Amino acid sequence: MNTSWFVVLSAFIFCIGAAGVLTRRSPLVILLCLELMLNAGSLALIAFSRMAGNQDGQIFALIVMVVAACEVVIGLGIIVAMYRRRLPIDVDAMSELRG
Amino acid sequence: MLFEQILFFIAGIGAIGGALGVVMLRNPFYSVLALVAHLIALAVLFLLLRADFLAAAQVVVYAGAVMVLYVFVAAYVGGSDEPLRPEGAGVGALGALFALALFVELTIAVVGSSLGALDTTGRDIPAAFGSPGEIGKLLLTDFLVAFEVASFLLLVAAVGAVVLARKRRGLEDPEPAPGVISAHEAISGPKEPARQ
Repeated sequence: MNTSWFVVLSAFIFCIGAAGVLTRRSPLVILLCLELMLNAGSLALIAFSRMAGNQDGQIFALIVMVVAACEVVIGLGIIVAMYRRRLPIDVDAMSELRG
Repeated sequence: MLFEQILFFIAGIGAIGGALGVVMLRNPFYSVLALVAHLIALAVLFLLLRADFLAAAQVVVYAGAVMVLYVFVAAYVGGSDEPLRPEGAGVGALGALFALALFVELTIAVVGSSLGALDTTGRDIPAAFGSPGEIGKLLLTDFLVAFEVASFLLLVAAVGAVVLARKRRGLEDPEPAPGVISAHEAISGPKEPARQ
């Protein structure tokens, strides 16, 4: 398969994720869409790493995976904290970040 | 070669379908399950690109561990259906339009780029390309700093999650109970009452 197929597929998944971040209101689903975008980035990195015959891109993708895991942990912690305070689970209602 | 193409299209359709499911399903619980399907399809694509270790890590770490975390939180917060926007579909249509424009722009950038290697399968690679041994060797030689920083980042995230999710009574820290002395007092002696 040509590399451009993989890159276009990755661009498509990235755009689906971006649309989800822009349109959905639940922070949980927004985090899921962020995962989509990060994974699309990883796919492009790995496709280019295969194209260049160099494994550095795979290390990049691995680090992206680590960063995504950290982001999930913090994001879900914030959602649980919102739920504990009985705040609305809705990003439109939560327009300011204070204590 | 034909087998690779068939596998690419099956996995690609699976990945796109999973991604669309994440965005379009109303119930967050089903969105999480769609993301699991998406991640597994993506792991197949990683295998096609000869990233064996990453495909395994994707399935084990992502589709396994991280998604379990999501399912727990979706069950804890309550997988209630998300209400539609009160202002109608205007904002949603704008977001979809923006994403479509972004996709067209990215595709033009990829297809129209003068990078000739994009139209090849890639260079000839050794048999061990992307194997755990090779990745481990790179992580411990060329990318040692990135490896250590990643481990530190994971530690910070773990501490941050505990701080965020611990039980608190209100916005302020609770007053210390009478008879409890703080570390500062233990060192510098009991606090003297302020003299007027």
